[in-house]
Amino acid sequence: MRPILMKGHERPLTFLKYNRDGDLLFSCAKDHNPTVWFADNGERLGTYRGHNGAVWCCDVSRDSMCLITGSADQTAKLWNVQTGAQLFSFNFDSPARAVDFSVGDKLAVITTDPFMELSSAIHVKRIATDPAEQTGESVLVIKGPQGRINRAVWGPLNKTIISGGEDAVVRIWDSETGKLLKESDKEAGHKKTITSLMKSADGSHFLTGSLDRSAKLWDTRSLTLIKTYVTERPVNAVAMSPLLDHVVIGGGQDASHVTTTDHRAGKFEAKFFEKILQEEIGGVKGHFGPINALAFNPDGRSFSSGGEDGYVRLHHFDTEYFNIKI
Amino acid sequence: MADVISMEEIRAIASRLDIDPSQIDLNSIRLPPGEDFGIKSDDDDLHEEDPLEYDSGFGNIIVVDNLPVVPREKFEKLEGVVRKIYSQIGVIKEDGLWMPVDPETQKTLGYCFIEYNTPQEAELAREKTNGYKLDRAHIFAVNMFDDFDRFMKVPDEWAPPETKPYTPGENLQQWLTDEKARDQFVIRAGSDTEVLWNDARHMKPEPVYKRAFWTESYVQWSPLGTYLATVHRQGAAVWGGASTFNRLMRYAHPQVKLIDFSPGEKFLVTYSSHEPSNPRDTHRVVLNIFDVRTGKVMRDFRGSADEFAIGGTGGVSGVNWPIFRWGGGKEDKYFARIGKNVVSVYETETFTLIDKKSLKVENVMDFSWSPTDPILSLFVPELGGGNQPARVSLVQIPGKEELRQKNLFSVSDCKMYWQSNGDYLAVKVDRYTKTKKSTYTGFELFRIKERDIPIEVLELENKNDKIIAFAWEPKGHRFAVIHGDSPRPDISFYSMRSGNNAGRVSKLTTLKGKQANALFWSPTGRFIILAGLKGFNGQLEFYNVDELETMATAEHFMATDIEWDPTGRYVATSVTSVHEMENGFNIWSFNGKLLYRILKDHFFQFLWRPRPPSFLSPEKEEEIAKNLKKYSKKYEAEDQDVSMLLSEQDREKRKMLKDEWDKWVNEWKRLHEEEKLERQKLRDGEVSDEEEEYEAKEIEVEELLDVSEEILSFDFGQE
Repeated sequence: MRPILMKGHERPLTFLKYNRDGDLLFSCAKDHNPTVWFADNGERLGTYRGHNGAVWCCDVSRDSMCLITGSADQTAKLWNVQTGAQLFSFNFDSPARAVDFSVGDKLAVITTDPFMELSSAIHVKRIATDPAEQTGESVLVIKGPQGRINRAVWGPLNKTIISGGEDAVVRIWDSETGKLLKESDKEAGHKKTITSLMKSADGSHFLTGSLDRSAKLWDTRSLTLIKTYVTERPVNAVAMSPLLDHVVIGGGQDASHVTTTDHRAGKFEAKFFEKILQEEIGGVKGHFGPINALAFNPDGRSFSSGGEDGYVRLHHFDTEYFNIKI
Repeated sequence: MADVISMEEIRAIASRLDIDPSQIDLNSIRLPPGEDFGIKSDDDDLHEEDPLEYDSGFGNIIVVDNLPVVPREKFEKLEGVVRKIYSQIGVIKEDGLWMPVDPETQKTLGYCFIEYNTPQEAELAREKTNGYKLDRAHIFAVNMFDDFDRFMKVPDEWAPPETKPYTPGENLQQWLTDEKARDQFVIRAGSDTEVLWNDARHMKPEPVYKRAFWTESYVQWSPLGTYLATVHRQGAAVWGGASTFNRLMRYAHPQVKLIDFSPGEKFLVTYSSHEPSNPRDTHRVVLNIFDVRTGKVMRDFRGSADEFAIGGTGGVSGVNWPIFRWGGGKEDKYFARIGKNVVSVYETETFTLIDKKSLKVENVMDFSWSPTDPILSLFVPELGGGNQPARVSLVQIPGKEELRQKNLFSVSDCKMYWQSNGDYLAVKVDRYTKTKKSTYTGFELFRIKERDIPIEVLELENKNDKIIAFAWEPKGHRFAVIHGDSPRPDISFYSMRSGNNAGRVSKLTTLKGKQANALFWSPTGRFIILAGLKGFNGQLEFYNVDELETMATAEHFMATDIEWDPTGRYVATSVTSVHEMENGFNIWSFNGKLLYRILKDHFFQFLWRPRPPSFLSPEKEEEIAKNLKKYSKKYEAEDQDVSMLLSEQDREKRKMLKDEWDKWVNEWKRLHEEEKLERQKLRDGEVSDEEEEYEAKEIEVEELLDVSEEILSFDFGQE
């Protein structure tokens, strides 16, 4: 498996997202330009220019027409995927972190960081079909959790919102009323900041990654902890194969320690785990720095990783991969 | 203390209350904080037995008797004299000098109390001034205040001590009878200390005993593996037992820093050093030698740090530990320490110097014992600017006669290495070159067991090679040397026997350019690990010296420590907390197969539990080795059974996990199906995700960009 190295960002990667068809790959980085690539050969299609700060997260609509990005410049922006034109900008008083379209793409959830006196918040926005009618009003604002909320995604049928962040607790909120419905168990749950959260293809379960060096698999509806995957390094990114029962976990030692130790000590590997048995089955090395983002192609035949080193590495699996038996 | 209730009564109460006692999870019962219901924990007990001097607070007071009795006029003068004498030794506390006065006669009573800042100073003052002659009539009698107290309590009449009935102790060697013949090891990580079985068949350790805050600094096995010693503020303790670890004995020694067992584990040496109150003074050092079984102090040594720091520097925290080195094999008969121009050899019968005097050796630098016999080897460097040569000599104890001596010229340093059976002694000699600008190294090899102890000189082929490491094969006749320049040194193996001529050393082989800086022989010999620790990031090469071939090469990244298990079957490599990352240990088979790997944050220590020497005679061992096939059959069958069982268990576990997962998935599918319609609605009627398989169509688009015509003229010029 020879990776395709995609050099387009000048700063560490923060997030990767495939569109539903699996032909486009969107990447966000700490430079200000989210980029779109051909998911097959890694050719760069274009960038979305307009942000004035690190871009933390993005999501693309089901029809691949509309892209939403959240940025440290205190805005979340809607883009026309094809033309790269900015359609709308949601302005906040603190950096936007996570963004996620609902089922049907009529709603979006956006989280904002604690900043100055402001506490972190989860905002729900209505997305208009016609960009001209788009307004910046929030349908719902949820406040409560301490510290940054690193990810927020929609639950089944848009009835709930699932969030995770610095306080290491996974929470499920009612998306109508903003009421807290469920909280992950303190004993069983993560011990340190949750850095990433990824839903399965059908949304029935999700995977969280944390700096406590583990990733955990939860049931979306009941918030039952199903599996735990333990690694040797803080986890920055997680992904689940839509095809096989595999889980990929990426991370590595803190970027601030990288210069002081041998690169082999950093474990900048994307680790593959058997989802059911929780056993490690392999690893993909290559990044020169911690892995910050991981994404699986919806067809399950390739995946890409984005690192602190500014590269996106696109891996098409060899046929042997599909025959792994353990 | 809580009232003791018998198990019967508990059952009776339980049945009255309709509770089944076996159903109660005792661990779920939480006592209110601070409440112990009168039941003392082991550790409280430990704290309470702080030594007297700290508890009573009188440990730093001395009583000086036989002072002159003076009238009031002379009181201040006497006080001044006493103060002058005693403040030279330590700092007297404010109002720490009290000379009582007889209220009737207004004269002093001839004694006074002096309070120092620390018990150590008081102790020192007592030692130094007891018997001090102020004048002919007044010879000081100095005592510790606490001693008065203690001796006052002695009952006047002698009462015969109670004879306690004999209770048989536990079998402290139970671990050796393990059915699977496994070995134990102790690890320290974070606040926990844990003893585990090395279950190589199951590829994982099996816990034996675990305890948080078991020790305050480190743990140590006794040399025969019977005890595990822990170090605390109040002293040291040893633990052991048949199935678990109970405290067997405590050895009070406040602020103990270092401990050391005698090779036969009869005695325990403890060491502490105390900060002097006057910063210009050197540290005070206290050493106690305990009898391990009875806990009695056999002998104590006190003095300034200087007295105990002669002969080489370095070692643990500035002390050349162990200060006392034990000789004479496992009988623990002699111990010795080096002093200025002397080597003091003590015997353990009376704990006094042999012949009541130390061995006088001008300028002695270093000494070491033969591991099996009462023979000392001494190194004395050059004296008088090279007029008197340096020498290495072997001295027989207790007779103190010199068995052999070798003079050496232009020596810069010497290191002595004994082979584990005491058969050979290798002395590594660093000599100056003629210009005295650099040094080169050679070896002097003594054959102790042969007549007249012949000495052979061995020089490396390249005389200028630096020696990085040297190691004897345990119980064998071979040794390995790492020599050469650091990035890729060479490793050579030598044998003290050569094919036809038994009395000559011969080279077996040289391995060129290895990434190694440390040698670890298997305790049974034959196999060796050539390790590249520190700068080499944990390179390991498992080498078979019989066959002269590499069995395996591996890496334990960042490894700091390597230890063979006592049987030579397994090797542990560990990364301790000197590194921030990778903390934990790996267990390998002797031939370099990684068996399992455990990661632990803040990993401090890994120690195999030693085994006492085998009772098998060498002939018997040889016989077993010869008929190994016969013996091993049984064990191979066992191994196979275990691996069958394991794979069976594994399969079952996997099946269970799979079933469990399938249950989840089915549930999800059902819910997903139920929600299908609603989801479609949310998507404005568009069919939900996976039902509609999208198709990737390849469309070829040809676009005409430009057409231009050009007439080319062919020039057939020559025609």
